[in-house]
Amino acid sequence: MPKTLMKGNEVIGAAAINAGCRYFFGYPITPQTELPEYMAGHLGAAGGVFVQAESEVAAINMVYGAVGSGARVMTSSSSPGIALKQEGISYLAGAELPCVIVNIVRGGPGLGGIQPAQSDYNQATRGGGDGDYKLLVYAPASLQEMADLVQLAFDKADYYRNPVMIIADGMLGQMMEPVELHPHVPTMELPPKDWAATGTLGQRPPNIINSLYLKPEELEEHIHGLFRKYAEMRSREVLAERYHLEPTRGAKVAIVAYGTTARIAKSAIELLEADGIAAGLLRPITLFPYPMDDIASLPDSVEHILVVEMSMGQMIDDVRIANEGRLPIHFVGRTGGMIPTPKLVADTVRGILGSPVEEGVAP
Amino acid sequence: MTVVFDRTLGLTQKQTHYCPGCTHGIIHRLVAETLVELDVLGRTVGVAPVGCSVLAYDYFNCDMHEAAHGRAPAVATGIKRVLPDRVVFTYQGDGDLASIGTGEIVHAAHRGEKFTTIFVNNAIYGMTGGQMAPTTLIGQRTTTSPAGRDALTTGYPLRISEMLAQIPGAVFVERVSVHSPVYVRKAKKAIRKAFEVQLSGAGFSIVEVLSTCPTNWGLEPTAALGWLEENMIPYYPLGNLRDVGDGKETGRVH
Repeated sequence: MPKTLMKGNEVIGAAAINAGCRYFFGYPITPQTELPEYMAGHLGAAGGVFVQAESEVAAINMVYGAVGSGARVMTSSSSPGIALKQEGISYLAGAELPCVIVNIVRGGPGLGGIQPAQSDYNQATRGGGDGDYKLLVYAPASLQEMADLVQLAFDKADYYRNPVMIIADGMLGQMMEPVELHPHVPTMELPPKDWAATGTLGQRPPNIINSLYLKPEELEEHIHGLFRKYAEMRSREVLAERYHLEPTRGAKVAIVAYGTTARIAKSAIELLEADGIAAGLLRPITLFPYPMDDIASLPDSVEHILVVEMSMGQMIDDVRIANEGRLPIHFVGRTGGMIPTPKLVADTVRGILGSPVEEGVAP
Repeated sequence: MTVVFDRTLGLTQKQTHYCPGCTHGIIHRLVAETLVELDVLGRTVGVAPVGCSVLAYDYFNCDMHEAAHGRAPAVATGIKRVLPDRVVFTYQGDGDLASIGTGEIVHAAHRGEKFTTIFVNNAIYGMTGGQMAPTTLIGQRTTTSPAGRDALTTGYPLRISEMLAQIPGAVFVERVSVHSPVYVRKAKKAIRKAFEVQLSGAGFSIVEVLSTCPTNWGLEPTAALGWLEENMIPYYPLGNLRDVGDGKETGRVH
């Protein structure tokens, strides 16, 4: 397959259509609007339907109806829009409806800004709506990985009967990179959607799509069932990249970062390498389930962990949980749409190790 | 022996949870009978609301979705777009449709979504115990308008059907009542027409059904029927407000 130079938001749309997504319900919001635009332009030719909803709330509830009808369905938004969708996301998780939800993250809180951020980590990994539930959350760091994860996400959603979120900072939505798009090859055997409400045709008892359990013992049992799925995700779905963390390299500092900040961290590691300072990167690709074991099993040479985020530090809590107090954890980040430079990250590592920091440049 | 009246196959055998004298049961039956008479029950997908009829998915004998509060028209949009050859309906009360779900119902009508809405208006929140609804009449006492609804601070009752009838995509809009047998028969006719409009693919159809809530109105069932006739119908006049299919673009009230 030849590579095509594409914008991140459009890559998501193309990969989704390849994965068999034929229904998209969305609402315009920067910096993800090219995605609904792409779907408006391409879904019809693929035999699908694009609906511009009147609100984010309506869009996610259209997803609920379409998924309950047995289709592969996607919606997308950016941070404040995802906040509005949380009601529907909770209902989708409760009713065990598989779909893909894309969040191209911008700075918050409130209307915030429109520049890239990673300050929706908690919104993505802590449920976000009401009740006990989790999403499977993928965080790509390149557009090729984005394309691959979007296709994987549809299979995983159907397998687990659970919403899957693709979370990417606005940089990844807006940037262009060469991407190789693949026709979809199912990654696993998937169960038939015999639960879908498509009309009984007089041949079976009615199917009911529902998240309501009025008897507390039944609701508790239902939630236990959800958490058995999340336990399976924890044991089977963790994805992470280890960069320059081979024991022979003797990394003194392990940087933990995802998405765009992971790319910045790699540049910082190269800067440090030139000065003879060994650092490595652990890059979570799934934010839930989180690569806890990878954090707990860093090479013996690692003396410090540095978490880098485009937020005031949200993922750092998961690093703390995984680290269980073993190593000192440091943080450096920019927020509100500001992007940390490789130099800022490299200087932070130098500072941690007590090495001289190049002067004269503001962080 | 001739059977003159039978339980419709459109409803399950489940006993409903509705209060004595509540007219939800009648309205359920009219919808269910219509689906059977049109021979579409097996290819019908319904959407239940949040409110007194939240458990409607247990009573209608067809595939059902339970929607979030007010979101039934958005859910129905998703269903109908995936399954355009199925019959799709929402069943919603006045708290669900006229308050928290106004955005969803207006824009489903605006897009001319090809499903049918059964809008049950009893001028009060039933399930939560009798709070004021947008449809509550002026002077009507509820738990959140204990001195009676005051127009100065809470506005006037919202006439949803008149509002929706202004929207080009809403091709069939009619208000009916079920307070006496003759009106029940008229309601059945309107409901059938609404589903026929859906089957024709012309656009969005809605039937508003005036309904009683003896429990929260604090009235005996028969007194509640009388209260509906004396108080609700003057403010919410019965009749067809829009029927594009009959060639009359403008609504008429009778």
